[in-house]
Amino acid sequence: MLKESIAIALRALLANKLRSILTMLGIIIGVGAVISMVSIGMGVRDKVQNSIASLGSNMLIVSPGAASSQGVRSASGSSITLSLEDAEYIKKMVQGIDYVAPAVSKQYQIIAGNQNWTTTVYGITPEYMAIKSLTVGSGSFVSQQDINSRNRVAVLGATVAENLFGEMNPTGQNIRINNTPYQIIGILDSKGQSTMGQDQDDIVLVPLTTAQERLLGITYLNSISIQVTKLEGMDQAQEEITSLLRQRHKISGTKEDDFTVRNLTSIMAMMTETTGTITLFLGCIGAISLLVGGIGIMNIMMVSVTERTREIGIRKALGATYRDIMLQFLIESVVIGVLGGIFGIALGVSAAFAISTFGSLNTVLSTISILVPFGVSVAVGLFFGIYPARKAALLDPIEALRYE
Amino acid sequence: MGIMLREITKCYKIGEETVAALAGISLTIETGEFIAIMGPSGSGKSTMMNILGCLDRPSSGSYLLAEQEVATMNDDELAKTRNKRIGFVFQNFNLLSRVSAWENVALPLVYARVAEKERLKRAAAILDAVGLSARKQHMPNELSGGQRQRVAIARALINDPSIIMADEPTGNLDSRSSVDIMRIFGKLNEQGKTIILVTHEPDIAQYAKRVITVRDGLIISDEIKEQKAC
Repeated sequence: MLKESIAIALRALLANKLRSILTMLGIIIGVGAVISMVSIGMGVRDKVQNSIASLGSNMLIVSPGAASSQGVRSASGSSITLSLEDAEYIKKMVQGIDYVAPAVSKQYQIIAGNQNWTTTVYGITPEYMAIKSLTVGSGSFVSQQDINSRNRVAVLGATVAENLFGEMNPTGQNIRINNTPYQIIGILDSKGQSTMGQDQDDIVLVPLTTAQERLLGITYLNSISIQVTKLEGMDQAQEEITSLLRQRHKISGTKEDDFTVRNLTSIMAMMTETTGTITLFLGCIGAISLLVGGIGIMNIMMVSVTERTREIGIRKALGATYRDIMLQFLIESVVIGVLGGIFGIALGVSAAFAISTFGSLNTVLSTISILVPFGVSVAVGLFFGIYPARKAALLDPIEALRYE
Repeated sequence: MGIMLREITKCYKIGEETVAALAGISLTIETGEFIAIMGPSGSGKSTMMNILGCLDRPSSGSYLLAEQEVATMNDDELAKTRNKRIGFVFQNFNLLSRVSAWENVALPLVYARVAEKERLKRAAAILDAVGLSARKQHMPNELSGGQRQRVAIARALINDPSIIMADEPTGNLDSRSSVDIMRIFGKLNEQGKTIILVTHEPDIAQYAKRVITVRDGLIISDEIKEQKAC
């Protein structure tokens, strides 16, 4: 019987081609809109997640708090209590962490030959490479030996190398930082821009001890980055580090911390949530057009039922039951939903491709983002078909046969 | 296997008033009879036809069709009874305009859950019997009135019902086609079908063997004729 009903429904749709296509168009646009909108949303989310991940995943960053003297508080980061010993202590005492990378930084003008370039110089340890997911393109990275002997060596970011040396490979050349010569031992591979729009290649890396003693003349740190092994261990590690540092810095009771431990996962979670909201919002716009399409189906089905009152009467007189008529009209509206869904997928997928090819937005398609709108379009066809189909099935055969 | 009506009434509510279209009809029709129901418009003959054809239920009374009580059946049971036992022929043919004569004839078999191949085979055979085998693929609007009515008769016959209900079957036909159609009914009656004809034309009623006249919801005469004019 199902086969018969489908055949009858298809024939009825074919008999009114233009009307069927126009009705379907509502669903096609709705499904297409949902798919392409969601693909844009997911593209944005992917991009954000990638750039946050490039900052380093599972990262905790300890930075000095604001120094305060007799109630006057200076800028955050001005406290000078964070030391290399703190970093070593954290590495020794806290469980479940992979790397600890202490760092200092300051802006300097770098000179090479007749070129100059102002950039941030970081004093780092070898672990910095792993924690920031850096790779060295040519030469080598800062070694423990360099730290121990406070060697005047430097690793350049791609932007710095290009601005000072152009096309030439500068490994082995010298640069001057604060009028002191440093030998270039390596060049980093390009990492591109960060989420915040910062050029991550515009850096110069020197050994931490060299930076502290020979360049800056300080003993404290500007930050300690800590990579935690598992995402689930982040909160635990954050708590342990906080209590450890309070203990080492002799902060007791309710006194304020002289440092802050920031959690990049929370930034990531926030970003994911934000982009998730954007995706939902875009999806909703599409869903509204799908709803409008559904109302279009209902409208046309109502017209169709009225128009075919006599046909319904004939079918009933010849023995069609309530179920037969109900099924016939329901299948008709479901077929509109299914066909509209299929064409809608084609429209949505090609729109997503077109946007990522010709537009500046990145789009991502997933099975779920295609199948869910399709399922919804079928459900919309079914739902909005129920009322007209019921109306048809409940017609009195005598009245229906008399209908002109 | 006949029809037995006992004290059938049918009332309609029009506004505040209740109008009795049938005011208590008792009637027995044996299998193989050829009956004409006559009466002026408003006499209740259409209502009687609807009830006899299982399109409607009486307000009270009992209707036994092939020893089954029809008066208390629900809509789906009525639909199945119509499908199995009754073939309809209407004044305005009532063919589906978008499908061919062949498929129109096969339509009752769709609701009798007969497979498509078998349906088309049986429909072709019946169309052959009413002399329309050459016009199987034609759409109803490509056929003449007489041909359309023959398609409708073929459709009424396809599920091999014992009763054929014809509501003014010649009302939209010229006199030549009318004669043709009435001859077909005569033949079917000879083959053992019960024919119930509703008409207001005495000429057409002539073909029947028994004429029942209805007025104001009551049977006022019921005469059996000795010979049919043919």
